[in-house]
Amino acid sequence: MAHAAAHSGEHAHDHDHEHDHESLKTFGFWIFLITDVILFGSLFATYIVLHQNTNGGPTPEELFKMPGIIAETFILLTSSFTSGLAVLGMNKGNLKQLIGWLAVTVVLGASFVGLELSEFITMVNHEGATISTSAFLSAFFTLVGTHGLHVSVGLIWMIGLIFQLRRRGITAVTKRKVAVISLYWHFLDVVWIFVFTIVYLMGVM
Amino acid sequence: MLDKIKQFASEFFVTGDPLILGAQVSIGLSMVAMIFVLTYFRKWGWLWKEWLTSVDHKRIGIMYIICSIMMLFRGGVDALLMRLQLAMPNSEFLQADHYNQIFTTHGVIMILFMAMPLMFGLFNIVVPLQIGARDVAYPFLNSLSFWMFFWGAMLFNVSFVIGGSPDAGWLSYPPLSELSHSPGVGQNFYIWGIQISGIGSLATGINFIVTILKMRAPGMKLMKMPMFTWSVFSSCIMIIFAFPILTVTLALLFLDRFLGAHFFTLDGGGNPMMYINLIWMWGHPEVYIVVVPAFGIFSEIVSTFSKKKLFGYKSMVFAMLIISLLSFFTWAHHFFTMGSGANVNAFFAISTMLIAIPTGAKVFNWLFTMYRGKIRFTTPMMWTVAFIPCFVIGGMTGVLLSVAPADFQFHNSYFLIAHFHQVLIGGVAFGYFAGLYYWWPKMFGFKLNEHLGKWAFWLWNIGFYVCFMPQYFLGLDGMTRRTYTYDFDMGWGPLNLVSTVGGFLMGVGFIFQVWQIAHSIKFREADVNGDPWEGRTLEWSIPSPAPIYNFAVLPQVSEADAWWEEKEKRAASGKSAAPIVYEPIHMPKNSAIPFIISTFWFFAGFGFVWGWMWLTIPALIGVGICMIARSFSYDTDYYIPADEVKRTEAALKGAKL
Repeated sequence: MAHAAAHSGEHAHDHDHEHDHESLKTFGFWIFLITDVILFGSLFATYIVLHQNTNGGPTPEELFKMPGIIAETFILLTSSFTSGLAVLGMNKGNLKQLIGWLAVTVVLGASFVGLELSEFITMVNHEGATISTSAFLSAFFTLVGTHGLHVSVGLIWMIGLIFQLRRRGITAVTKRKVAVISLYWHFLDVVWIFVFTIVYLMGVM
Repeated sequence: MLDKIKQFASEFFVTGDPLILGAQVSIGLSMVAMIFVLTYFRKWGWLWKEWLTSVDHKRIGIMYIICSIMMLFRGGVDALLMRLQLAMPNSEFLQADHYNQIFTTHGVIMILFMAMPLMFGLFNIVVPLQIGARDVAYPFLNSLSFWMFFWGAMLFNVSFVIGGSPDAGWLSYPPLSELSHSPGVGQNFYIWGIQISGIGSLATGINFIVTILKMRAPGMKLMKMPMFTWSVFSSCIMIIFAFPILTVTLALLFLDRFLGAHFFTLDGGGNPMMYINLIWMWGHPEVYIVVVPAFGIFSEIVSTFSKKKLFGYKSMVFAMLIISLLSFFTWAHHFFTMGSGANVNAFFAISTMLIAIPTGAKVFNWLFTMYRGKIRFTTPMMWTVAFIPCFVIGGMTGVLLSVAPADFQFHNSYFLIAHFHQVLIGGVAFGYFAGLYYWWPKMFGFKLNEHLGKWAFWLWNIGFYVCFMPQYFLGLDGMTRRTYTYDFDMGWGPLNLVSTVGGFLMGVGFIFQVWQIAHSIKFREADVNGDPWEGRTLEWSIPSPAPIYNFAVLPQVSEADAWWEEKEKRAASGKSAAPIVYEPIHMPKNSAIPFIISTFWFFAGFGFVWGWMWLTIPALIGVGICMIARSFSYDTDYYIPADEVKRTEAALKGAKL
């Protein structure tokens, strides 16, 4: 309120309100992320319970090709870094840098999804490992696929945001939107670290 | 060609049961009637502008409540059909598979499509008003939540006449709910109806947590919040932790059925027990999600109608938070008999019993609030008083069930049925009825007729005990739940007959409530000053029904019962409210997107149910386009000018005299 008092008239009121409004949305997104943690937690629990039930089908050791997975991991971690650079650019008020790093993030994210898809296709076509082969594979495709779906949604979202940024520049609203998607992107990175450890590393060990 | 169409129609529509045929005809007729009335009175534009696209939390709340009363009717008819079937030995009133469908839909509808929306309706109407806010944190999301619930419920209900209802019980355990045992579309309706509305519930949970944490009036510290708001907060915390588990569980079951995955199947390495664990990790908190807000309602009512501050405010808050924590550590008590072992059973038995401690503390707080109070026996207060013994009995039978060794005897018997109906009807239904009566004037600007309300109250209460007390004894006599029919020589006939009579008494009680509403609309007993009950919390400080912006000027709060304090101060100083300087008020614009998005979800769900990807894929694309359209729209709010606020307030105050 002290802030509003320093200015006068409707404009100050407006500005103050908008600021509140945007921080409210970021806060809500944090709570949404809690729900997403529970969602992934349930999928991880299911995977852990079922991962030995291979039903005579391929086992994790036979299926997982670590070089590809490690490449995916590096690409996704890098994209998290570049999304951070985008936010830094935004904080400096540099629209060009913001959009540029977001675009790099999109490219990296898309390569991650592409690699993951090709990994899935290889499994299905060459190893006959489909979602209906065994409980292990059902849990595997669902857990990793849900993460991949999240990344894909994030890509569409980020591309949409780039268009909005080009049209509107850096405002309170677009600032919040960038902050939220970068939160989302880092979150997906953290989830991937768990996928990498629990599914892939422990699978080939 | 004609044969093909006939073949399709016979699979698509449910045929062969005269009861369902009657329902189909009456659904068709009432739809025609609705369309006719809306067209004849030219109300389509009004419906669209004022309701379907509204983001006003009060209107959304009213829509929730209307839907839930309709669902109460449908779930109630299901209940009475079951009671008719069981009234006599060897009865053939219903076909066996029809009976299975009815007990399934009764459970699903009563919990998910009756109790949840009634609860969300009260959240929506009351919470922003109680905390002195102009709206919820995310009005657009709020509207989306409602329409997701609405279309999810529609998808579930349509299974009744199209394709066939689910019949694997309200939690749809595999392997019974798997393709191998339930090849029809009924389970798909179950999965998608609940999934779509469940997403809405999750969003409501997030919305209200943020609303309560961030939008309270200046001065309202957390420990000065009204008790109902606290109960909503506890309930929403449980929602955000429990509902994602439900989302996953239903998705996995669907993958099993749709893509041949092996999560819960008997073959392929699947593990049905995994489903039962997951569903109860959501399902047990769920029953506390619906009952805790009822505790909040009782707290408000007891305090208002005893003219006293709530006894033990802090212990009440603490008790609710403890319950929301413990609710996540009790799920295995639903399957003590499934071989988890003595240690696991002991852990869950003890954590279940622990719940009785905070609950008991609350009961004593309500009793001490009434002690030496000036009690007024209005209908909301009567429901509250009736709730206490009912819930205490239900709680005690619950503790009996939580004793793991004893549970081997009670498990899946009518003793259990009687127990959970006692806590759910005695706690949730009584609580929400009390809340509905209490806040009705705030919603609509008139009171409900007390005389008819008391008739409804007694019919419900007497009917309740007549219906469920015999079921405890039937359970002890060995009658199991989901029993379709029984032989004369089992000796269960007389008690079942009594129970059925009780069920119908509650049905008559419901008719009295409908009559009460109709009568009260006709003979409006207007709420002239916005404070018909001499309330204590902020919602009573503004006119009824509240204007679109709720508070012309945001209140400054210093005490827990803010409005009561204000009234005392005014009485002491002899002055009325301070003069008001109006300012423009920032409000969200209406939006059609929530309605459209949810309609697309309905079609996507319907396509999934039948495996029609030609319907699902375009519908999901529609969902995506709507979301992008929303993200690209920046013109989402407006200001109500100060003059208009002034005029509205003057008109509302003029109406008082």
